[in-house]
Amino acid sequence: MDKKSDQELNITNQVTENITPAEELAYELHIEEVMSREILSLYPDMQMQEALEFFRTHHISGAPVISRDGDLIGVLSMEDLIRALRVTDLEAPVEKYMSVQLISVRGKDPVVEALKKFVTKSVGRLPVIDDAGNLIGILTKGDITRGLLKALQRDYQVEEVRRYRARHLFEDIVSDRTSLILRYNIKAHDFTRGGAASTNIKRALLRLGASPQLARRVGIAIYEAEMNLIIHTTYGGIIRVEIEPHQISIDVYDDGPGIKDVNLAMKPGYSTATEEVRELGFGAGMGLVNISRCVDQMKLESVLQKGTRLRLKIFLKQNEIVGEGYPANRENS
Amino acid sequence: MDLQSIIDTLELEVITQPKDFAGMFPTSGYTSDLLSCAMAGARKDGVWITLQSHDNIVAVAALLDLAAIIITEDARPEESTVARANSKNITLLCTSQPTFSIVGKLWEMGLRSE
Repeated sequence: MDKKSDQELNITNQVTENITPAEELAYELHIEEVMSREILSLYPDMQMQEALEFFRTHHISGAPVISRDGDLIGVLSMEDLIRALRVTDLEAPVEKYMSVQLISVRGKDPVVEALKKFVTKSVGRLPVIDDAGNLIGILTKGDITRGLLKALQRDYQVEEVRRYRARHLFEDIVSDRTSLILRYNIKAHDFTRGGAASTNIKRALLRLGASPQLARRVGIAIYEAEMNLIIHTTYGGIIRVEIEPHQISIDVYDDGPGIKDVNLAMKPGYSTATEEVRELGFGAGMGLVNISRCVDQMKLESVLQKGTRLRLKIFLKQNEIVGEGYPANRENS
Repeated sequence: MDLQSIIDTLELEVITQPKDFAGMFPTSGYTSDLLSCAMAGARKDGVWITLQSHDNIVAVAALLDLAAIIITEDARPEESTVARANSKNITLLCTSQPTFSIVGKLWEMGLRSE
């Protein structure tokens, strides 16, 4: 990376820092999604007087100048008009005052590229071109703001609706004891899917209104259990998570091969993982230890040749309750 | 210290989608090539330095809400791993330098274990 682009990047970062929630969107959204497609353009041989009228009737403060063949040849701004007004030269053709130093952006580029140009080139509007160089739209900072706000609102609404629905689950459904059960089938030796179940459970908890700390704690415990099923079982196993407003119960079970010595398995650093698995970074002998650190209650039972069952419980404190608690007996939960 | 200056000083290669790294401030560092150790030792918003480059490092980072993973000694994640990291909003940084050098430089820059 050369010095110059380095500098540009820094300026952009400063700018985007001011709009931090929108920052990611500036990378995701493309210029053609936020630009104005209605192109109000001028011809080079029009008089400045006509341009002034044009600006006034359309309530704009600048426009691209296009040749009779349709090529983009310049941009005329209010500043250019003022320069002409100052010397009472409104009879002059647009091409005399227009800016010909063409700074344009491509429609397929992310919005952040346009932000960089706005900051470094101090222009008010940018012509947007396609890959062939044809003018396809006009972009102002206002277009970007509107586009980002719209996209933010869209993202926000989708997630809000999901969270709202999930959070009210326990309140909306009346029973003496409501719980939500999530079940995941884990395949043996399927390392590419490793962490999928725990990541999904973490997201479910966040949507239900759990605190990020609680979601992380449960996620870690389930990740270790999930990896144990992948690494050690013969045919895989099942993770069952029961979520209630006051507690989370996790049941992980498989049908073999079973653990020879449960107490030894619980010892930090003890592992029966193969060399191959260890090369992937597993088999540290810390999985069960990590789990016990994350949960309030842990029960591990195993019968050799039969299978293993791991039961975990996390009790939620009043300020941690998932959902909105039971409406009827919230005090007891 | 922000993540952008870490990337610049250590000459790290960003292999996932660019983000506003100048607005991200890693609070701690952790290193181990054992995933369960990282699970126990790495902290939220921290950087994890490892030479593991397979799919599961993304799950670890996502579950712990890490700021970034620095993958050392020229280990290159598969494209599918990079895609997964992007979908989980995880930043992967690559370097040819060994873990020891990276950790040393991060310490010199003022990053601590917690």
